[in-house]
Amino acid sequence: MKKLILAGIALLSISTITAQSAEERGLQIAKEADKADQGFNSSVVNLNMTLKNKNGQTSERLLVTRTLEQLDDGDKSMIVFNSPKDVKGTSTLTFTHKIGSDDQWLFLPSIKRVKRISSNNKSGPFVGSEFAYEDLSSQEVEKYSYKFIEEKGNLLIVEQDPVDPKSGYTRRVVSYNKDKAYRLEKIEFYDRKNSLLKTLTYSNYKLYKGKFWRALTMNMVNHQSNKETQLNFSDYNFESELSEDDFTQAALKRAGK
Amino acid sequence: MKYKFGILIFVILCHIHISAQKEDRKIIQDFELELEGEYRYFYEEAFFEGQKDHFPSLGITPEYSLEWNRGYESINFKGFFRLDVDDERTHWDIRELYYQKVQDNWELSLGLKKVYWGVTESNHLVDIINQTDAVEAFDGEEKLGQPMAQFTWTTEKYGSFNFFYLPYHRKRTFPGRKGRLRFPVVIDKDDLTYESSAEEWRQDFAFRWKHYFGIFDIGLSHFYGTGREPLFVFDILGNIDAFYPVINQTGLDLQITHGAFLWKIESIYRHADAQEFFAFVAGLEYTFSNIDGNGLDIGLLGEYLYDERDELALNALQNDVFFGSRIAFNDTQDTSILIGGITDLESSSKIFSMEASRRFGSTWTAEIEARILTDIDPNELILSNFREDSFIRISISKYF
Repeated sequence: MKKLILAGIALLSISTITAQSAEERGLQIAKEADKADQGFNSSVVNLNMTLKNKNGQTSERLLVTRTLEQLDDGDKSMIVFNSPKDVKGTSTLTFTHKIGSDDQWLFLPSIKRVKRISSNNKSGPFVGSEFAYEDLSSQEVEKYSYKFIEEKGNLLIVEQDPVDPKSGYTRRVVSYNKDKAYRLEKIEFYDRKNSLLKTLTYSNYKLYKGKFWRALTMNMVNHQSNKETQLNFSDYNFESELSEDDFTQAALKRAGK
Repeated sequence: MKYKFGILIFVILCHIHISAQKEDRKIIQDFELELEGEYRYFYEEAFFEGQKDHFPSLGITPEYSLEWNRGYESINFKGFFRLDVDDERTHWDIRELYYQKVQDNWELSLGLKKVYWGVTESNHLVDIINQTDAVEAFDGEEKLGQPMAQFTWTTEKYGSFNFFYLPYHRKRTFPGRKGRLRFPVVIDKDDLTYESSAEEWRQDFAFRWKHYFGIFDIGLSHFYGTGREPLFVFDILGNIDAFYPVINQTGLDLQITHGAFLWKIESIYRHADAQEFFAFVAGLEYTFSNIDGNGLDIGLLGEYLYDERDELALNALQNDVFFGSRIAFNDTQDTSILIGGITDLESSSKIFSMEASRRFGSTWTAEIEARILTDIDPNELILSNFREDSFIRISISKYF
């Protein structure tokens, strides 16, 4: 009997050791990917978002996204809508945090009002698209726990479990390209019931400043609703030299005027 | 007379623009136009003679902007014209026409501009820079362009400091003889006088400090000048003396954003020779987000409104409770509905409202609004005049 218990304990510790190393490897890959993208300072990009419903009908949104890199905390970003025209000028300012909720302000151009909004709604769709708010927010290492799954050719497959209980996912299965500075190639999203909800595919990659890979096309397919959203990025600008002054509430009002 | 100031600024701006053009590579122009067809129907029989029931109407909103110096300098214009059955509601306005320059952490705006202050939903006490376009919208959220020089200085540690120089006052327009939501006597805006001998040219000032600490967003403001709300003084014979007083108004607005809860408070203290009072709105907003996994958000709103002016409060919100719900479908068409009701805690008066909007295609939107006034207490000094003025409004807009 004693032997059996001992054997059991031994087995348990072996499995813990292997699980830990898978977690460590997963975390290490996420950190490498994060490090590879450090130093871009700021960027401005135009975004064309095409929403396709299950009957294939499409509608478009045009946005401009400005990002300011923060080294000790999550990045700051500003999104400005240019179309549809009835929401032109609607803008958001987000200060993401590595730990805790993000700070977010919304500017409504019709009444010139800046409103602090709750960042509680992670799982809801961003402007009717297949992207949830959490899919578009700054991807910080601290927001997930990790588990390395396997290596397939040049791809490293890592499972990521969101730390935030308000996330709409139980897990994401992420493919990193180890030969291309750990850029993302694909993410599979599993819903709260752990069934496959969406697949995001990155394509049309371009290298900026000899260091930063940016996918100019991102396609999100929802397997449950058969809807799709494609993001097409254009005119990436890493030379805009944005500063903290471009990410204030005054700047938010200017962006949306 | 009214727009001399604006024209003067425009001339100055043209100069700045020409000199700037040489140094900067890229000039971005943008023109937008909104055409709106609107129908308001007041379904109860008019209370006063001459008032109509049906109000078909047209609205035009052109916008133009010119940016250079990487967007750090710009000229912005927004005009507005409405054609309506009510002659007083037929009006035009320059909502915005200003030059703006940004340098690091400061910003300067010169011209006609709109500025919004505050956090609450049912009443906007702190918001004082612009005159309300009272004939345009029931909720008081439409404003007239205000001539100003605005200087904003933003610091990371101490928040932002806003200084306003307001050289010209604009009077509020009241509905004409055919219009609803008016008093028995048609008030001509020119009949209202000023306390200041400088009349509309009194040079006014305002200041606002705005900052945030974690989940707290706070604003403190002070306005010294001719008030935006006219003061109605009734003598024993029932005659009305209405004028714009010189006021000092201190305002506080605070929002605490805690999870899905937004806790809000707005409060003002206004002091004039003829009047002194305190008012506040306090409440909360809670949003159940993505309820159905398809993006449906349902927000619940509750606010308490207090105004020391009691029955003289122009908007009749002296001791009232507001309940509301904001429903957003987050669909491709941005369908949203806002329903709410304000009930007086001392009388039977109630106002229910509903606003719904949706986009059609990519350049059309439709809106339905209903304001229902019920059980209005005949003793309410101001609101009792509007007791038959419940209405339904439908509007369709096309964007170019």
